[in-house]
Amino acid sequence: MIGTALDYLQGFAAYMPGYASAFMIAVEVAAVTIVISWLCGLVGVLAKLSRYPALRYPAEFYIWFIRGTPQLVQVFLVYFGLPQVGLNLDPFVAGAIALGVGSGAYVAEIFRSGLLAIPKGQPESAHALGMGNALTFRRIVFPQMIRIVVPALTNEAINTLKNTSLLSTITIMELTLYTQAVIASTFRPFEFYIIVSVLYLAITTILTQFAKWYERRYALYL
Amino acid sequence: MNSGSPHEEPLFRIEQLHKSFGDHEVLKGVSLSVGKGEVIAIVGASGSGKSTLLRCINVLEVPTSGRMFFGGREIDYLRLTQNRAGARELAELRASIGMVFQSYNLWPHRTVMENVTEAPVYVKGVSRTEAIDEAELLLDSIGLSDKRDEYPARLSGGQQQRVAIVRALAMRPRIMLFDEVTSALDPELVGEVLDLMTELARKDMTMLVVTHEMGFARHVSHRVIFVHEGVFAEEGPAREFFAAPKQPATRQFLSRILRDDLIERTDAS
Repeated sequence: MIGTALDYLQGFAAYMPGYASAFMIAVEVAAVTIVISWLCGLVGVLAKLSRYPALRYPAEFYIWFIRGTPQLVQVFLVYFGLPQVGLNLDPFVAGAIALGVGSGAYVAEIFRSGLLAIPKGQPESAHALGMGNALTFRRIVFPQMIRIVVPALTNEAINTLKNTSLLSTITIMELTLYTQAVIASTFRPFEFYIIVSVLYLAITTILTQFAKWYERRYALYL
Repeated sequence: MNSGSPHEEPLFRIEQLHKSFGDHEVLKGVSLSVGKGEVIAIVGASGSGKSTLLRCINVLEVPTSGRMFFGGREIDYLRLTQNRAGARELAELRASIGMVFQSYNLWPHRTVMENVTEAPVYVKGVSRTEAIDEAELLLDSIGLSDKRDEYPARLSGGQQQRVAIVRALAMRPRIMLFDEVTSALDPELVGEVLDLMTELARKDMTMLVVTHEMGFARHVSHRVIFVHEGVFAEEGPAREFFAAPKQPATRQFLSRILRDDLIERTDAS
């Protein structure tokens, strides 16, 4: 009885090195994606709030397009679509760009709500002291915006992390694709989908806890 | 308290200033001359254009028309708000005009010390140690040196407003604009802020004070201006203004606001 239980567990242990590498791939692609999404979000929000229509309209189109199309379609568009116009991208690069640009539209909206939450007296008192627009943004507005948006930004990072599973469709051996491969040879979908869920939960829980800790820490000041 | 000899060029001068928001004309051609060391109280009902006047002076609002002169030089507000060179000049102008707001507007993510040293360091280019020394003196003078490392949220409204005043003073401004700085305060905290302003007036700071505090207007200011529907309906030396107001509108305003004062006092007792 005990022997069979051990055999059973050993059966799973054999897949652990594979899971470790799939886990690392998921985290890596998520990390790159998140950085891209922040950059896209910052550029997106500055363009959207710009007084120049030549910046505002493209930004609005970007946000409209991304929010109105499925992320899976965006991934396919980059990975399968771009080669047709001569742009062949490595699956990792294509995946990170598609997910990063896709998440960036949401990040832009998060940044925008953060900016709108800052009372207009904040930049105004900086201006009254002789601080110019750029200095005021860098020293007064941006740091306050970050504090306001960290919880929402963490949520978006969690979404991004979960969306890396979409990249299983473009041959990236991340957690989901690896799990599918294991199931194909073991015929044990229940156990392995539970295992992969636990692995996703491990990272997302860390991120949620971070958001909670951050909110508690800065609730004092804002 | 001297209000400058009449032959001297005034520190600040406005000629026929107009300001409209859309179709709504808030300032309908006001002129004003402020001598060095003069303290002017600007009173009037809310919406009469008092705050807009202050905000035009440091170009937080761009006037619609009219001329402004500061220290003998014209403030070319259209050019200042147009391009990068103008922006630099505008920053210089604002650096020498201190402004304090009704809602304090301290930066919540910076400590008291950082609030006070931010502009001297980043706008004037003062070294950080020098700025901190200066800020310590200023904070000491208002009895808040022990709060230097606190965040604004930990201070009372009166303390926050006094820090806001000191933050403006750290730039060594040549004129101070006060925009209803006691209106958001609990009644028991108004006094400490007014005391600080009174002390500044004693030290010959040039001050334009938009206020509902008639006691301050009467006892501390040299001159009182009554703004009514976008024009200066009446102005005069503080004593005369309160003792013998000439315009019916002024009398009406004063009787209303002084009666409110009286009611507040009876409530308090």
